[in-house]
Amino acid sequence: MRTIRIGLWAAVVALALIATAAYFLVKVPGPGQPGTFGAGSYSLVDGNGGPVTEATFKGAPSMLFFGYTHCPDVCPTTLSDMAVWFQELGDEGKPLKAYFVTVDPERDTPAVIKDYVSSVTDRVTGITGTPEEIAKIISAWRIYAKKVPGEDGEYTMDHTASVFLLNSKGEFEGTIAYQEASSVAVEKLRKLLAKA
Amino acid sequence: MNKLSLGAAMGVSFLISAAGIAQAHDHAQRVGGSAMVMAQADAGDNKVAGMDMAAPVKLGDLEISGPFARATLPNQPVAGGYVTITNNGSAADRLVSVTSPAAAMVQIHEMAMEGDVMKMRELPDGLEIPAGQSVTLSPGGLHLMFMKLNGPFEQGSKVPVTLTFEKAGSVEVELPVMPANAEAPAGHDQMKM
Ligand SMILES: [Cu+2]
Repeated sequence: MRTIRIGLWAAVVALALIATAAYFLVKVPGPGQPGTFGAGSYSLVDGNGGPVTEATFKGAPSMLFFGYTHCPDVCPTTLSDMAVWFQELGDEGKPLKAYFVTVDPERDTPAVIKDYVSSVTDRVTGITGTPEEIAKIISAWRIYAKKVPGEDGEYTMDHTASVFLLNSKGEFEGTIAYQEASSVAVEKLRKLLAKA
Repeated sequence: MNKLSLGAAMGVSFLISAAGIAQAHDHAQRVGGSAMVMAQADAGDNKVAGMDMAAPVKLGDLEISGPFARATLPNQPVAGGYVTITNNGSAADRLVSVTSPAAAMVQIHEMAMEGDVMKMRELPDGLEIPAGQSVTLSPGGLHLMFMKLNGPFEQGSKVPVTLTFEKAGSVEVELPVMPANAEAPAGHDQMKM
């Protein structure tokens, strides 16, 4: 009985190790591989029509989220969460920037995304562009974004729901997962700010 | 360091599902063991929530409680609505359609995280409410998806919906509109605040 149990635990531990290793290998390319994850060249616009390129993400630490306005849950939640995190950081969060990039450029024009984002917080910049240019930033950050057709020409988007954390060089530093506890998120942001 | 803890959390949740303990709960897909525990506590919570909230609406053997919707942001023409449906009867029933004067289209949706990707699908055959069980629609999981809204959902207002069940028939329920990031109906602690 005891040996079986030890054997089972060993198997469970081994599986956990394999899962963890697999996660590292496959899932998160880190800043240790410059020139790969997040690298790309694109020409987008913010809500006011101002230019946004890969250079926009350099010079300050930032949060980067990909979403769309026709989204019932994850996107408004994340945007509201970002506002809460900024509030909790207070003055400490002043250097931090935040961006909401649409994965649905056909419907999310600059005016649409501007109203949407600014209704929640003035700390987050909405970003859109042509479908071709949006496709470039999506592929740079290896974002999953897929149109799911519904009735009457309606569609929804499946998309990556994590918030990416970028250092002041515009490099990937980590993520905040969807529905991660606010205290954990704020702690991650503090660490990001401390590095900058 | 972040990656390490994330990796470890993935490992732990993998371990738990490997051991077969994980509940068949959409929220279990969230990264991390603690989120899973919270999700279960959350589901249990709804059962004792009667004190704070409007009395459950009864329809035959069914009881509908804890209704709410989330306020929409400008230019957000879709919204999520949430209820808990309890079946006190001895036969399963099924939520087959939902209508509302607030939207041209209301669908029954399921949302789940696959890794860090949010996926949402209509349930074309509706939602089964097994005999003697409660099914909770909640943010991050099952929801009533309001599409082609006739106007924004404003916090403090109420959205009427008609729920139609295969056996029990139809009933109208009002969903109080909560903040855009509300996690639970009024009277509950907001988990994330
Ligand atoms: Cu939906």
